Amino acid sequence: MTRLRLVRLGVAGASAALLLTAACRPVQESGPRYGGALERAGKATAPGVAKSTAALFPVAPPPFSEGAFPCSECHGLTDKVDRTPHVVEFHDEIVLRHDEKNRWCLDCHDAQNRDKLHLADGRLVDFTESYRLCGQCHGPTLRNWKAGEHGKRTGSWSGAKRYLLCASCHSPHSPRFKPLTPEQPPLRQEAIR
Amino acid sequence: MSDPTSAPPVPAPPAEGYSRREALVMGLFALAAAATTAGCSAADKLAYEEFVQKHFKDLSPEELKDRLAGMEMRYAEQYGQRVTVSATPPIPGTRFGYALDLSRCIGCRKCVYGCVEENNQSRDPQTHWITVLEMDKEEGVNLQHANAYYDHETVPAPGKFYMPVACQHCDNPPCVKVCPVQATWMEPDGIVVIDYDWCIGCRCCISACPYGARRFNWGKPGIPTDELNPVTEFLGNRPRARGVVEKCSFCLQRVRKGLYPKCVEVCPVGARKFGNLLDPDSEIRYILENKRVFILKEELNTQPKFFYYYGL
Repeated sequence: MTRLRLVRLGVAGASAALLLTAACRPVQESGPRYGGALERAGKATAPGVAKSTAALFPVAPPPFSEGAFPCSECHGLTDKVDRTPHVVEFHDEIVLRHDEKNRWCLDCHDAQNRDKLHLADGRLVDFTESYRLCGQCHGPTLRNWKAGEHGKRTGSWSGAKRYLLCASCHSPHSPRFKPLTPEQPPLRQEAIR
Repeated sequence: MSDPTSAPPVPAPPAEGYSRREALVMGLFALAAAATTAGCSAADKLAYEEFVQKHFKDLSPEELKDRLAGMEMRYAEQYGQRVTVSATPPIPGTRFGYALDLSRCIGCRKCVYGCVEENNQSRDPQTHWITVLEMDKEEGVNLQHANAYYDHETVPAPGKFYMPVACQHCDNPPCVKVCPVQATWMEPDGIVVIDYDWCIGCRCCISACPYGARRFNWGKPGIPTDELNPVTEFLGNRPRARGVVEKCSFCLQRVRKGLYPKCVEVCPVGARKFGNLLDPDSEIRYILENKRVFILKEELNTQPKFFYYYGL
């Protein structure tokens, strides 16, 4: 167990370095990985695209800002990328309030293929499977989400359900749930005629 | 049928004879029918059948079909649109349970109004099945310090938490025990239901319920015709009359078709969880087995199937 943790720590620490190498690799299908395998697969030698879990967790469409997706409309696959953390003036409407001291854009967004996100081991995931990225840090929450405890699920209690992505409620750049305006309070008894 | 001496529309007595109640009402009805020389139209037949109605559980399949058809006719007349009334039986092997995450509810009251629309609650006079209580975080769950009338610009308000309360669908329901006419009972899937036609409006159940979950129709329920939910259930969301009691039915008309209750569907924070307590893979079982769950007023031994918990 301790050993596994150490391995994971190592993986987390090495992830930044990995990003540099992972981005330029050709996209290829890796072996079947899911569940426990998802975490175990954090070996540094796992490039390419993560196997899709979309069939297991049908989700609502990702909440993109209008006109933002696909990102490749602006960011070409062959563009030269400055990988040192810096302020991106073009996207100044995004204020990072999510461990901003330690993280920046390219820790989640893939540097080369902007239409994808990447896991710590460099494997690419779609925006529709962003929960896998979130679950790398928020493991217990991902576990609860899969079981239907965390987050909203709609559909059938006995059959097909639709999940909401983490990002549907928690903006990945500023995850705190935003306050809402409440509906009308009930009438007081003396006001009911 | 202009002859005042013609036979009133009374069916032949069954072999075991009529009860006092039936004999009395039939006698009255026969007198009325003879006096007004009324014909035997479909509406009359319906009125008669409603007058000498049987308890829901005693209805034969044919009688139930007639009752439902009669109701559909009446509601269609009243609301100017097609209204379906069904009596979907419980699904074998289900026992419904509900869980609500107090650490996530933000008190937005979307469930309250979603429920009103789904379940045809009266808009005027106002009836809400769900009460959202605002309480102090410092005080904890203390119903004596609860406020249902909070009115903030945005919620959650600092230092407050929210606890929506509706029918707890007790496994040992005091409301069922006190009903003098057995107009309310627990179904095999655990839902406590009311037969609105059998309810005499004595409100014993309201005083027996420790959760304040039952509502009485003091006035004639008012629902704008264009806001009526036309998909209704006999024991669930069909329009009620003045003088009867109503309450949450776990959205019987939805859950017996496999859907989540409306409040689960509209909750913006996913604080509301619903499922089959008998299914070990359901989210409700996951919560009961993994979270800090409590029930309201445990000491009363009402054994609610509505669980509150702290998800965080």
